[in-house]
Amino acid sequence: MDRAAIIGVGMTKIEKNKVRETFADMAWEAVNKALNDAGMTIDDIDNVVTASSDFWDGRTISCMAVGDASGAAHKNVSCVEGDGAYGALYGMARCLSGSYKTTLVTGHSKGSEGVSSLITNAAFDPIYERALGMDMVTACAMQARSYMHRTGTTPEQLALVSVKNHGNALKNPLAQLPLQITVQDVLTSAMIADPLHKLDCSPVSDGCAAVIIAHESVAEQFRQKPVWIRGVSFCADSFFFGDRDLSRARALAEAAKQAYAQAGIKEPQKEIDVVELHDAFTYQELLWLEEMGLASEATAGKLLEKGEFDLDGRLPVNASGGLLSGHPVIAAGLYSLASVVRQIRGDAGGFQARKAKTGLAHGVNGLAGQSHCVFILDRDK
Amino acid sequence: MSQFPDIEPMVYHSKINVPYRWWAGNTASRFYAALRDEKIIMGTKCPACGRVFVPPRKACPTCFTENMQWVELSDEGCVLSFTVARRQFAAIPKNRKTPVIWGLIKLDGADTALLHYIDEIAPENVTIGMRVRAVFAATRTGAIQDIAHFQPIK
Repeated sequence: MDRAAIIGVGMTKIEKNKVRETFADMAWEAVNKALNDAGMTIDDIDNVVTASSDFWDGRTISCMAVGDASGAAHKNVSCVEGDGAYGALYGMARCLSGSYKTTLVTGHSKGSEGVSSLITNAAFDPIYERALGMDMVTACAMQARSYMHRTGTTPEQLALVSVKNHGNALKNPLAQLPLQITVQDVLTSAMIADPLHKLDCSPVSDGCAAVIIAHESVAEQFRQKPVWIRGVSFCADSFFFGDRDLSRARALAEAAKQAYAQAGIKEPQKEIDVVELHDAFTYQELLWLEEMGLASEATAGKLLEKGEFDLDGRLPVNASGGLLSGHPVIAAGLYSLASVVRQIRGDAGGFQARKAKTGLAHGVNGLAGQSHCVFILDRDK
Repeated sequence: MSQFPDIEPMVYHSKINVPYRWWAGNTASRFYAALRDEKIIMGTKCPACGRVFVPPRKACPTCFTENMQWVELSDEGCVLSFTVARRQFAAIPKNRKTPVIWGLIKLDGADTALLHYIDEIAPENVTIGMRVRAVFAATRTGAIQDIAHFQPIK
């Protein structure tokens, strides 16, 4: 099969409240950063995919509001309602279709402008569930409880994810919330929804990220050495909460298995060098690692304590600081992709991992990880 | 980034408020009629895999088959997981005060769990695996709130 590569990335700084930039202004900044990174002009882009959410943006057909700023005029432009990782998958498919050579993919949101609890409550089924008043935080808290009950993972181990990722963010100038904190700081922060404390949860954030994906026939014509997409897959679990084994993420296990197979990865624990995953809540980092086979069942917390997922550990996870240090919903998956691309290029600056030939980026859609998208990126084609 | 550092950023306040009505469809309507009129919780059983779903569905999500059979479920079950809201999140109905406890409750006779409130118990005493029973609302209108909450079985 033909191959595609990521040849440019651009990200705005993630901030609590971007009062000087609209959605389109954020897209303008991220797109121009990506073009500069790639050594391209907008004329080198032959199609555009934007990712956004109408509910988060507070407008109908939200993608239409960022097309101009994304240079989509006179181009074929399409959109994804969901995490940017799925936009990147769509953008890659377009490059591999034979119809396009270079796709610009953007993802944006401003959490600061809506009310997260109401927006995520609306993800629940209106007939059977919504009126009960749960939202993303309480849904994920329920999953955290299930996971801890099944595996024996402790609140201290969850807290250590927060300590590590906020600490990593100290080395990432784009992160919103770099913090030097202790496990005790996390455990004594306010209880939000048992068992999740305030510092177990990602903050409300604004941001936009852009990536440029190219078909192999043109991928080496621009400034950057291409980072090759070796595998990508996404799978979804049941919509109704009570249908799922909430302590697990079977859709992620399946998506990872398929992505590894495409990339020819047989022993993910040995072959993957860096991971950026969807850590909207601390427990998720541990659960997702186990489901992706990057930690054996019920061991991620213990491996974390041994320092294996630290920047200088066996497998750096969320070296950028992750979503715990800044979580622009929808853009999140593109930030993960862009961070892995920078790692593989050796461009990650202060949070550069020692070895970063093969990386994994992960995006999530839906309540408590209903749907997962896994990318395997590699320096080699 | 800003080209105009001395400009005072302005904000536009608004609110999106759109009335909706979601017809429940035949399946949920039957479920709610049984709840409202008889205080009975109904599920649907897949003829292929035999799993019993609550809330009930028209088609089995696993087998992709129709012709689901209706079955009456117990109003008792066990807690698979739960959480406690310690803040008055915006989505929480105004008549519920924190701490609000939600549980995933696996009713006897069902293979999936129902999302609902757990009440009449202190949050610190709720445990995974504990037995609970549905408390039906005095006034029932054909809605999920026709079950007021689940209470611990003493």
